Amino acid sequence: MIFHFRMERQSQLNEVCKIITEQDKKIILTLQNGMPLVSRPFQAIAEKLKMTEDELINKVRSFITDGKIRRFGATVRHFDLGFAANAMVVWDVPEEKVSETGRIMAGFKEVSHCYRRPRHPGWPYNLFTVIHGQSREYCADIAKRLSRATGIKNYSLLYSTAELKKSSMRYFE
Amino acid sequence: MHLDNIDRRLLNLVQENFPLEPEPYRKLGGILGVGEDEVLARLKRLQDEGVIRRLGAVFDSRKLGYSGTLCAMHVEPDRVDEVADVINSFPGVTHNYLREHQINMWFTVLAESRDKLGEILGLIRERTGIEEIMELPSEEVFKIRVNFDTETSAY
Repeated sequence: MIFHFRMERQSQLNEVCKIITEQDKKIILTLQNGMPLVSRPFQAIAEKLKMTEDELINKVRSFITDGKIRRFGATVRHFDLGFAANAMVVWDVPEEKVSETGRIMAGFKEVSHCYRRPRHPGWPYNLFTVIHGQSREYCADIAKRLSRATGIKNYSLLYSTAELKKSSMRYFE
Repeated sequence: MHLDNIDRRLLNLVQENFPLEPEPYRKLGGILGVGEDEVLARLKRLQDEGVIRRLGAVFDSRKLGYSGTLCAMHVEPDRVDEVADVINSFPGVTHNYLREHQINMWFTVLAESRDKLGEILGLIRERTGIEEIMELPSEEVFKIRVNFDTETSAY
């Protein structure tokens, strides 16, 4: 599943915050424990929340519609599934070309993430992509193709050497 | 671990199309041609072995009103474990990777407000003695892909 969207303005975000009710928070708190492996998992969760199964399923659907839930399903550990190399490739892109370049790079299936981020002193890179692959050579090759497709020549590959933490956020705790 | 063909098809299904209905596992079994019990047993094994990290809702932190940023810093090689322990002790730090670069520690922080986010970064500076933390919040998102095709990947 792929999502493309522009970052929203803070004022709009504040509006979003206001409409998260205490009941919604309780539902989110419980949902983030994951789906129990029982025949009727929504029923099991709904009981804890003193709701009906239908009410809970409808709530989940509404959270998906308004974007609070980005995806409903399994999160898989990619390191266990043969994606041995993970390279963050950072690009120094002229300001006026960032949007166009970001869209082109996002179109590559090998690119899992693509974001614009701020520059810093000594850090000229303002576009970040993540490439997952079976080897470093594969990642380097994809980076070359991205460079050729966009004309951006100043870039750097940062390979990960250790995953020090990977966890799911727990909201409203 | 070994994943057979049914495991892979099941993984693809539950990543993208977890059924939002009263008996989702029975529905998945129907699609795969196996019983509900077998779906439950396979999911349990995939969770126990760590292939499935989580089964359920993936929330959009911004839509829940949370603030977050990617951070990066230079840590001397002999201090990596100790500094990682400090950083990882915060529940809002969800990812932390060591990368091959002068700026070698890369982590993400989420907090319920911008103030709280600043507070966490302040505590990290204080407890590690490392002042220089590069804050790299996303300014525009072009793509987030949260899952992969497990049927076509090489093992």
